[in-house]
Amino acid sequence: MRVLFHFIITMGVYFGYLAPAVAVLPDEVLPDQRLEARARAISSQLRCLVCRNETIDDSNAALARDLRLLVRNRLLAGDSDGEVVDFIVARYGEYVLLKPRFRGATLVLWFFPLFILIAGVVYLVFIAGHKKTDAPLPLSCEEEKRVRHLLYDETGW
Amino acid sequence: MIVEAGHFLLILAFALSLYQAVVPLAGVFYHDQRLAAMARPVAALIFILVALSFLTLVYAYIISDFSVLNVVQNSHSEKPLLFKITGVWGNHEGSMMLWVLILTFFSALVAVFSRNLPANFTTLVLVCQSFIASAFLGFILFTSNPFQRLDPPALQGNDLNPVLQDIGLALHPPVLYLGYVGFSVCFSFAIAALLSGRIDAVFGRWVRLWALISWIFLTGGIITGSYWAYYELGWGGYWFWDPVENASLMPWLAGTALLHSALVLEKRAALKIWTVLLAIITFSLSLLGTFLVRSGILTSVHSFAVDSRRGIAILFILVFFIGSALLLFAFRAPSIRNSGLFRPVSREGALVFNNLFLTTAAATVLVGTLYPLVLETLTGVKISVGAPFFNLTFGPLVVPLLVAVPFGPLLAWKRGDIAAAAERLWLSFALALTVLAFVLYLTEGKMIPAVAGLGLSFWVIAGALTDIFVKAGVARTSFSVCWRRLRQLPGVFWGTAFAHMGLGITLFGILAVALFGEERIANLRPGEAVAIAGRQIYLEGYEFYNGPNYRENRLHFTVADHERRIGHVMAAKRVFPSQAMQTTEAGLLWHGLSQYYIAPGDYTDKNGVVVHVWWKPWVLCIWLGGFFMMAGGIVSLGSQHLRVCGPNVRRRVLKQEMQGKAG
Repeated sequence: MRVLFHFIITMGVYFGYLAPAVAVLPDEVLPDQRLEARARAISSQLRCLVCRNETIDDSNAALARDLRLLVRNRLLAGDSDGEVVDFIVARYGEYVLLKPRFRGATLVLWFFPLFILIAGVVYLVFIAGHKKTDAPLPLSCEEEKRVRHLLYDETGW
Repeated sequence: MIVEAGHFLLILAFALSLYQAVVPLAGVFYHDQRLAAMARPVAALIFILVALSFLTLVYAYIISDFSVLNVVQNSHSEKPLLFKITGVWGNHEGSMMLWVLILTFFSALVAVFSRNLPANFTTLVLVCQSFIASAFLGFILFTSNPFQRLDPPALQGNDLNPVLQDIGLALHPPVLYLGYVGFSVCFSFAIAALLSGRIDAVFGRWVRLWALISWIFLTGGIITGSYWAYYELGWGGYWFWDPVENASLMPWLAGTALLHSALVLEKRAALKIWTVLLAIITFSLSLLGTFLVRSGILTSVHSFAVDSRRGIAILFILVFFIGSALLLFAFRAPSIRNSGLFRPVSREGALVFNNLFLTTAAATVLVGTLYPLVLETLTGVKISVGAPFFNLTFGPLVVPLLVAVPFGPLLAWKRGDIAAAAERLWLSFALALTVLAFVLYLTEGKMIPAVAGLGLSFWVIAGALTDIFVKAGVARTSFSVCWRRLRQLPGVFWGTAFAHMGLGITLFGILAVALFGEERIANLRPGEAVAIAGRQIYLEGYEFYNGPNYRENRLHFTVADHERRIGHVMAAKRVFPSQAMQTTEAGLLWHGLSQYYIAPGDYTDKNGVVVHVWWKPWVLCIWLGGFFMMAGGIVSLGSQHLRVCGPNVRRRVLKQEMQGKAG
């Protein structure tokens, strides 16, 4: 039991659940500001694999730091943003992408909002088309008289 | 002994809920008024039992009764009293207790305040509430009993997760649950309406009343949660598109849609079928949220207690309620006749537009949250769906909605004139464009979507103000006439104006931070400074401090504007010996509605420390807007309440109707 407890704590510290620290450390920051901005943008789209739904930019886990350094190294080596992401995905799988790729099974995901919206609009148009046949009945003679009375006689027209 | 009494009371409440779910229902179907009338007092009784049971649990926490397993797992004798009490719902069992407590509380409220509803209708509502209560009470008793004893008793507890030892835990879960669970009443009203076939303006009024109450709390729960995450987690973020956050956002979006559609039902007796469906959907999303959080099926920063067996039980409850409600809906919806015709361009049309986009937004969040789960189950492929996805899909969906917001209140019911509304809004439009151009100049033509969003926020705020000016007749009549008109405007009008303005304010805060926020990471030694947003932040020094159940190392900072001292900030790194855990207490310096945010990191050599500093311009607007929305809800509630419970005429009319029906 005790061993297990210690194990959890150590793992916790290792994975960064428990150790609060600043995510991006000063020694990681690239001297070139534009390159650094690109690195930040890329790392805010990559998931820290050992954390609970954090980006590697936010996370202070050791693995996240490794990934951040990897991103920066690739950028320094002259990779484009896309190449850096491809490199990381090749190593860690698509799970690392917080923004799923726009292809294959994820197309359903990407097009779903549009599909719902169009379905909604089509349904509304359909309903509106139906309503026209359901127009109010013409007024009877009595009602006509009463309307005229209310509209004109009362106001003194 | 007291703990056993609490357990017994909970079992009694469970038995009584089962009774309540069956007997009054039989009374309604066999026309036995005595059985049906039982529902009201029993609902109150169930609440009292659950409340007493909950209080015994709180008592066990206060006296640190370490013979109770739940207390051992989640409490500590040295914890401050406030956190002993809030720790009750800082874990799975306790939070389910809170859930049921609030559910039965709302049932009791319905029982007490529904005297001007037909008796059978109230009974059906309470029966439906009891079905839900039975399911969750059974869930607590059979899978997550908080009163489980531990033999032999422990000497000390394991303590509560330090992240949760914060005033946020006292506010966020209860307020959020009040919202979540409040929608159960709308759900029960929808079920009762489907069963009895009574879907009219009165139904709309009641659904709107309860939706409004729940919505106010849900909004409050979301903003407290968001602010808590902002200052506690130390990342400087306020919304992470985390599955658990999404779980609260979905019912909020659906609930907002419900508020608007119920308004149409109340005023114009239109959108009946849709409002009923939406009431069902909203609570279904609340149930789904409970399932997502409590089952721990989705990895998230929030789920601290997870267990798959419980997950299956909640999934079963979820499927049962959503499934049977939708089945009932499918059977009864064709018999509902919609009335209240309107042109596409009208107040109703605008509200339909609102519903279309809000529901689509809710569906988007739903799919984004569940898709990875479904895909992994079906194909074994693991993908992630995070903030970038939601920003790209949810963002564009709310834009048309925000563009339309100022138009809605300016359109007339039945048949509106969009040109006239546009004419009234030209000043708002001009203001938004001016802001847009100015900000575009500041950002040197970069970040165009965010700049456009900032213009949009001004459009929404100015649009809400325009509505007030137009209704008051500013610039057309004398000041005294304006004043009299303003005073005579109904609460619903003010509610709309406030809530819409809040929307704009929140949007403004979000985009101001995104556009003009700054961030620095530095390694500081005492006496050194980091420059941010034209000011300098000096690290003054360290101080050790012993808290009640933690030790902390405080870091003192001074914010200066070129040698002129502006303010002092303290950040801290806390160690909780009971759990060998560390937390960061971010230092916040308020500067109007803006903040300096300082998060201390690791120590470096030569007495240095890594600090992460943010300048968050107008960040408080994000939550201020939420308060505006809540205020709008409350103002609207005021006038609503008067009309629902005020005149006795309605009660007489309803009685006559009822007698007519009975006869």
